Amino acid sequence: MGTSWAISKRELRAYFTTPLAYVFIVIFLALNGVTAFYFGGLFDRGQADMQPLFGFLPWLYLFLIPAIAMRLWAEERKAGTLELLMTLPVSTFNAVFGKFLAAWIFAGIALALTFPVWITVNYLGDPDNGVIIASYLGGFLMAGSYLAIGGFVSSMTRNQVIAFVIGAAVIFLFMMSGLELVQSAFRGWAPDLVVDLVRSFSFLVHYDAIVRGVIDIRDMIFFVSIIGVFLFATMVVVDLKKGA
Amino acid sequence: MDRMLHIDGLTKQFGSFTAVDNISFSVNRGEVLGFLGPNGAGKTTAMRMVSGFLTPTSGTAYVGGYDVTTEPLEVKRRIGYLPEGAPLYEDMTPNELLAFISDVRGLSGAVKREAISTAASRINIEHVMHQAIGTLSKGYKRRVGIAQAILHDPEILILDEPTDGLDPNQKHEVRKLINEMAKEKVIVISTHLLDEVDTVCSRAIVIAQGKIVADGTPADLQARSDLHNAVSLRLAASLSDKAKGTIEAVSGIDRVVQSSIDGDFVNFTAFSKSGQVVIDEVSAALKSADIDVLEIQAERGRLDEVFRRLTTAA
Repeated sequence: MGTSWAISKRELRAYFTTPLAYVFIVIFLALNGVTAFYFGGLFDRGQADMQPLFGFLPWLYLFLIPAIAMRLWAEERKAGTLELLMTLPVSTFNAVFGKFLAAWIFAGIALALTFPVWITVNYLGDPDNGVIIASYLGGFLMAGSYLAIGGFVSSMTRNQVIAFVIGAAVIFLFMMSGLELVQSAFRGWAPDLVVDLVRSFSFLVHYDAIVRGVIDIRDMIFFVSIIGVFLFATMVVVDLKKGA
Repeated sequence: MDRMLHIDGLTKQFGSFTAVDNISFSVNRGEVLGFLGPNGAGKTTAMRMVSGFLTPTSGTAYVGGYDVTTEPLEVKRRIGYLPEGAPLYEDMTPNELLAFISDVRGLSGAVKREAISTAASRINIEHVMHQAIGTLSKGYKRRVGIAQAILHDPEILILDEPTDGLDPNQKHEVRKLINEMAKEKVIVISTHLLDEVDTVCSRAIVIAQGKIVADGTPADLQARSDLHNAVSLRLAASLSDKAKGTIEAVSGIDRVVQSSIDGDFVNFTAFSKSGQVVIDEVSAALKSADIDVLEIQAERGRLDEVFRRLTTAA
């Protein structure tokens, strides 16, 4: 575990020594502000909650999380440093987990920096802080599963742009599977079991449940499983494609 | 056991292409093995398999008794490895990079500080320790790569083209360092610089198209040269015909070739039959014929010639 943490520290430092971290955080917070206040009408709706912010979060993450994840492996592959890293006494699991953890911590820092909105709603009214904490937890878990997918895509290419575009597309598919649009496409011909299965893979369905304040262990397990499955897939790809 | 590195039937195929074809050899402590071969011969692929980066298609490498295919972490702990081209995290400073490598290798506290400062001073990068690696010259990058490989004082050092991109002074420094470390370690370097084999290696393996085509000391390899024990002479041009006839008459001489003329002087090379020592006979014959020779020397053989013959014979 020590080696995972050493890798995480290096990755986090890499985020913050390049402008990437600051650009990301500024854009993330600015877009959060725009969506929550302008589109979500955080002030106008007269309710002391953070629903407008968390309602748009999955859509912001759709574009911003692949931007964090795209460099995780593609950059190492392109620069050749993958060979340096993978000839150190580091297991593939430690390398994959360490990199993922760094990206997740970074996404967590960005999410935590929305705290002024939390303070504002508490100042203006009397929100249900339990729901807000659950929402932050849901947002953080969702960021983790997006990152696991984005990291997996990044491990398959040496091109960061491709990693970004494909990563966003895969995440989009996972989001959409719960929407009526997709559901109705299946409902006509597929048995209910299949329709439910497709729905059960949707990020939005599980996320909405948590954001409403219902912390169901099954929703948590869903996100943790997605992270686990994609980290495992990343390990397989890193092992198979080391020399390529 | 001093048999620290043992390679057994190592093979790597990429699709239908065989990059490394069933190579086996052992290296003992105190040996510096030069891995020679033209570009694309499979040197880098072989080194990547020994270092645990690539998985062999078949065969394996044992490092200090550990099998790289089943216990890669134990192998990686014992190896210091410089990948081809010395890839490094360019956004870090050498100091940060070496600290990261120390963390991963489980060095901490005073041991870590000591390891970093020793490696930095051995390879002479102390004054660039706090500059981003991306801004350093090619020579410094290469040296940071070597510092990274020797940081944990490994028993086995595998360096893929350690002096590539260095100027002659830096090359000399690196070769000196390799010679210093040679006594207590196993060192494998790949190179295509033949003078490097002569100056640092105690043994050379030549590979071509994935196969070992020669394995011996640099002197052994030189002995395979046509020039081995040939005699080079320099004398006045006016004596050229007489000298040529005299030398050709010496028994054991295969042929005499006039290699060049500069001004009033000519240079000859007298090849001996099957590499026997003929210099004494040649000089005695010339003396009795009263021919003044300006320079005479026995050739040891030319590695580049041997290299070319070994690696182009298909």
